[in-house]
Amino acid sequence: MRVIAAIAQWFDHRLQLASPIRDAAEHPVPRNTASWFYVFGSAALVVFCLQLATGILLAMVYVPSADEAWNSLQALNHQVVFGWFVRALHGWGSNFMVAIVLIHMTQVFLFGAYKYPRELTWIVGVFLLLTTLGMAFTGQIMRFDQDAYWGLGIGASIASRVPVAGPAIVSLMLGGPIIAGATLSRFFTLHVFVVPGTLIVLVCLHVLMVLKLGINEWPMPGRLVRKATYERDYHQLTKADGAPFVPYAVWKDMFFAAFVLLAVGGCAWYVGPFGPTGRPDPTIIQTAPRPDYFFLWLFALLSLLPPSLETAAVLIGPAVVTIALLLLPFLSGEGEKSWKRRPIAVLTVLLIAITLGTFTHLAEYAPWSPHMNAWSGDPLPEQLLRGTTALQRQGALVLQAKQCRNCHALGDSGGERGPRLDTVAVRLTQDQLIRQVIQGGGNMPAYGTNLSPAETTALVAFLETLHPPDQAPAHEAARGVVLGSGPETRASAKR
Amino acid sequence: MSNETLLTRRGLLMKLGILLNGMVAAALAVPVVRFVLSSITLGRENAYVSWVSLGQVSDFPEGETRLATFRNPYVLPTDGQTADTACWVRRIEGEQFQVFAVNCAHLGCPVRWFPQSGLFMCPCHGGAYYRDGSRASGPPERGLFEYPFKVENGTVTIHAGELPTPGTIAPASAKAMTGERVEGTAPPCA
Repeated sequence: MRVIAAIAQWFDHRLQLASPIRDAAEHPVPRNTASWFYVFGSAALVVFCLQLATGILLAMVYVPSADEAWNSLQALNHQVVFGWFVRALHGWGSNFMVAIVLIHMTQVFLFGAYKYPRELTWIVGVFLLLTTLGMAFTGQIMRFDQDAYWGLGIGASIASRVPVAGPAIVSLMLGGPIIAGATLSRFFTLHVFVVPGTLIVLVCLHVLMVLKLGINEWPMPGRLVRKATYERDYHQLTKADGAPFVPYAVWKDMFFAAFVLLAVGGCAWYVGPFGPTGRPDPTIIQTAPRPDYFFLWLFALLSLLPPSLETAAVLIGPAVVTIALLLLPFLSGEGEKSWKRRPIAVLTVLLIAITLGTFTHLAEYAPWSPHMNAWSGDPLPEQLLRGTTALQRQGALVLQAKQCRNCHALGDSGGERGPRLDTVAVRLTQDQLIRQVIQGGGNMPAYGTNLSPAETTALVAFLETLHPPDQAPAHEAARGVVLGSGPETRASAKR
Repeated sequence: MSNETLLTRRGLLMKLGILLNGMVAAALAVPVVRFVLSSITLGRENAYVSWVSLGQVSDFPEGETRLATFRNPYVLPTDGQTADTACWVRRIEGEQFQVFAVNCAHLGCPVRWFPQSGLFMCPCHGGAYYRDGSRASGPPERGLFEYPFKVENGTVTIHAGELPTPGTIAPASAKAMTGERVEGTAPPCA
């Protein structure tokens, strides 16, 4: 032991690091911050370290070439010993990191930790969120499969809409005229050098400021932040009711970090790595690209926004949100910290969470995407054909063969882009059905040129049978009166 | 004259040192910046696009729309299969063609052709187009992107080479919708 101490002293005499490290570890923190609510920041850092380690391991096998990347991923999954597990750790670590960063940010916001004098810590945190999302997006590209390829196309399409500079941005982003070798190489550079380098610098700044300014005290309702008195009050608090961070508070961080690492490892072990999906071959067009989990809300937004608003919302929206986050500590740098007395803050968090959650949930089954194989693959529910005439059955055939099912559900299957057709006869009269089929409208293509009159007649005859047994199909009252055959005419004749 | 404004020998040498480094940095920056921006400048010089063959006219039956593939004219040795590109070729009649990019005019997903209903459908956000490429429904604000084509010695060639995106290509003109193509017209992909 004496030898070890002597060696340590020899090094410290030259490095002079023991004292600042001890000061940092033992700096006093308010006792009530040793809470399970205060563990997310350190957990994010631990998962980031896991990402660095697994990323370096993956880079030892991965080949960042458009020609070879997919094959090297296959080798990692199937050939390299535990290659699949390291890939799974990195993929799940990415999901956990985004989730923990978002939870950490929410906690910091609700606990008023962004207020004076921690404005800059928050601002650096906002950039840490952006770089974390940047890592998640560029990481999705590293998994160079069909989703990555077409995802890049979507990114290029969005970037191209920037006024004036759009085409130049697309060229710069792709590194050439198409999504190819140069594109993967530059996203590899971003994912492995530029963004993580920025992230490391920002993390150091972030942690340094937490150490220098002290951890945010537990917010008490009614204890307001004032620039003139805050720092004096905080020092009194840590003096009167403080305890050294190590070991008083750090054990909770360590327990939670271990729990998170175990969760990442468990997911990786039992669920395995993400993809890759099909080869990134642009001539294989039988694909329906989907973004990774944390960008699903964007996928939903791009489908649901009215076309006229889309470009403005997609280009200006992120800038507005970022600026709002950056301005937050200046707009409300003083005053109440406790979420119990900040109803608007709580409502804002709930609103954002519900919005993002709803969009993500919608994107998981994407009701706006046609089911490309429904027309040929989904069976027609048997009960819909029972007791139908030859003409109506002919119409059912037209409905399948003309891909109506790709957008319209019948029974349990079919697309959800258009309304379900199970009860369409209750909603639309015969004339309205014919008009809708031939002219389209309301987001439906016109089939006038693709259906013969005989096909239209048969199709509408079948659609008219689609109503519940206890509910009559819609009919035009005036038509019955004019033609003398409708129920109104019969009723008045009886009278 | 106060002490602050006095220029000492050391102070002058330091300023000269800054100036010297600035000049060297500026000289090195010229090729470095050109390297970084080369993908933009090459695109502006039309270095990416050229005429590529899709096959014989007889490969495309009249009145039908078929998927054709071509090797992108500008490739790097490491591009592999990503330089293979697909397009939809509609032969109207005789030597009248329409050649569409597979990329949806909304956000670039690959559209699929359904001959039974005469529609192109996009699997991503539900865009749909008629057989002539015009918009049928969904989020796209325009019809499919078209490549200029010409028929020479029985071979269909198109002017292609760049990924078509909504911001880089002007909406198709009225003439472009008729299927008439002549060499020398401004390529929509340029």
